Amino acid sequence: MATLEIRDLHVTVEADNATKEILKGVDLTVKQGETHAIMGPNGSGKSTLAYSLAGHPKYTITGGTVTLDGEDVLEMSVDERARAGLFLAMQYPVEVPGVSVSNFLRTSATAIRGEAPKLRLWVKEVKETMERLSMDPSFAERNVNEGFSGGEKKRHEILQLELLKPKIAILDETDSGLDVDALRVVSEGVNRVRETGEVGTLLITHYTRILRYIKPDYVHVFSGGRIVESGGAELADKLENEGYEAYTKGGASA
Amino acid sequence: MAEAQNIPVGSTTAGAVAVAAESTVATRMSAPPSFDVADFPVPHGREEEWRFTPLERLRGLHDGTAVATGEGVKVAVEAPEGVTVELVDRDDPRLGRAGTPVDRIAAQAYSAFEKAGVVTVPKETVLTEPIRIAVHGEGGLRYGHQVVELGAFAEAVVVIDHTGDAVLAANVDYILGDGAKLTVVSVQDWDDKAVHVAQHNALIGRDASFKSVVVTFGGDVVRLHPRVSYAGTGGEAELFGLYFTDAGQHQEHRLLVDHNVPHCKSNVVYKGALQGEAAHAVWIGDVLIEAQAEGTDTYEMNRNLVLTDGARVDSVPNLEIETGEIVGAGHASATGRFDDEQLFYLMARGIPADEARRLVVRGFFAELVQQIAVPDIEERLLARIETELEATV
Repeated sequence: MATLEIRDLHVTVEADNATKEILKGVDLTVKQGETHAIMGPNGSGKSTLAYSLAGHPKYTITGGTVTLDGEDVLEMSVDERARAGLFLAMQYPVEVPGVSVSNFLRTSATAIRGEAPKLRLWVKEVKETMERLSMDPSFAERNVNEGFSGGEKKRHEILQLELLKPKIAILDETDSGLDVDALRVVSEGVNRVRETGEVGTLLITHYTRILRYIKPDYVHVFSGGRIVESGGAELADKLENEGYEAYTKGGASA
Repeated sequence: MAEAQNIPVGSTTAGAVAVAAESTVATRMSAPPSFDVADFPVPHGREEEWRFTPLERLRGLHDGTAVATGEGVKVAVEAPEGVTVELVDRDDPRLGRAGTPVDRIAAQAYSAFEKAGVVTVPKETVLTEPIRIAVHGEGGLRYGHQVVELGAFAEAVVVIDHTGDAVLAANVDYILGDGAKLTVVSVQDWDDKAVHVAQHNALIGRDASFKSVVVTFGGDVVRLHPRVSYAGTGGEAELFGLYFTDAGQHQEHRLLVDHNVPHCKSNVVYKGALQGEAAHAVWIGDVLIEAQAEGTDTYEMNRNLVLTDGARVDSVPNLEIETGEIVGAGHASATGRFDDEQLFYLMARGIPADEARRLVVRGFFAELVQQIAVPDIEERLLARIETELEATV
């Protein structure tokens, strides 16, 4: 069973000619089949955790370990991490002009699977997955994220999640900026992947709204660069009622 | 209208639409067009038409000190049956008919060449194989003149292939008879030291179609001046260009479409990728719609993709409209950057860095590569793009 283990992770970022520590000792274990929600106020370091796990060059790991099934993730390049089974659905997916969605998806699937998918099966797979996400077929011919609406970008991220079938999926604020219909479609996509039981999900969000569609096994409250409280789904209800105030007062100044 | 997006440091994109009583394209040149080099002052580098060009790297082509070597640049013409291939003297009436030199180096080439090449496709002859003109440098300096003439309703593809190491200044004239169709692919695949300055003049007959594909990869300095004018109504010009500018290279394409006749069309698309320290691409796109050119339909576009730091693009589209009775006129220029965020996104989907870059560059050039229509050149071009990308710093 695939397991992502994060131990005492410390991360800094360079900003305004100063080094700032954002993550201050994160401990978390995510196993295949589990869904963990990470919730926290703005600026608590949630997205830094997501991007650090994916290997974004902006972030410097200053301490701790991250392993996937015992393999050192921090030693891997960004593409190696993806091929090892880590997937990051981004909050702000970037435009890649000149590269069509269909070309991008196939190149990516070829890299992740280690061989080019058989064309006919692949075309069918993409078409069906797009239909389930209520995406128009013409989408495949557009350039990656170019001129996409916020909702289209998120659907495109979840389309990749469904096609690439990672071991660990990190969803960074996938719910932000979505209306209720889009949120439902996107959540259904995530749930289809979860129902296979083959993915461990790290759901990073600011709002409890998405948790009505995607039921987490564990909820962690993130504040001041670390997890300050962990619990079951009931912790989300508490946050819904009480907000983050109880955590930001003590936690953020630490 | 001009648009500019994502312009990296060290790039300029400027655009202008002038409704002019007097053409600024004409007035900003140092001297009126002339076949005589003596009519042009030696440029000092601040003139509008020279300000982007590194004069010190032109090996004397601009100041009269460059002397032809007689040999060291070979020109070989391979033509299918039915085509006439000649070498003619400078008094031949076909020379200079398509256009007059507009700068000192073009006039220098015209004043200094010894024999001109003339390739003629007789009227109504439709060629199924391309005419190939191979210009290969072996270290020499040459002033050249080449004419390609198609009779009425003739159809031909011409490939002009520049390779090796040379200093070359030339004028190339394309004369299209009524209803003729000419595709010209000019490939600048020079070695690193080559210097190539040329003016291409196309004169498009009534209802004739001219397609030019300019592909520039090599050379130390390449400065090309593709120009189009029309001899009758109904003419169409498509000017496509593709360049890949590496560290230290200067590649400059200066286009002019002169809509001097009513009811003609033009479409200009140039795309360039740049990588490496001091890679410099210049694109000047002048389109003139003269007062009598009613019914003109024109569009020009330049796109640049900057792959690394240290590269510079200057892109200047310029449209001058002297009549409002036109079908359409537009231009666009944009310089984008393949940046760390795009690279991260593609790599986060398992795609290795070199493949990610290849994916982006291939996608960028795809629509133009399809325009070439000469399979062996297309393949060579794709292979060359691969080599360029492998050399990425």
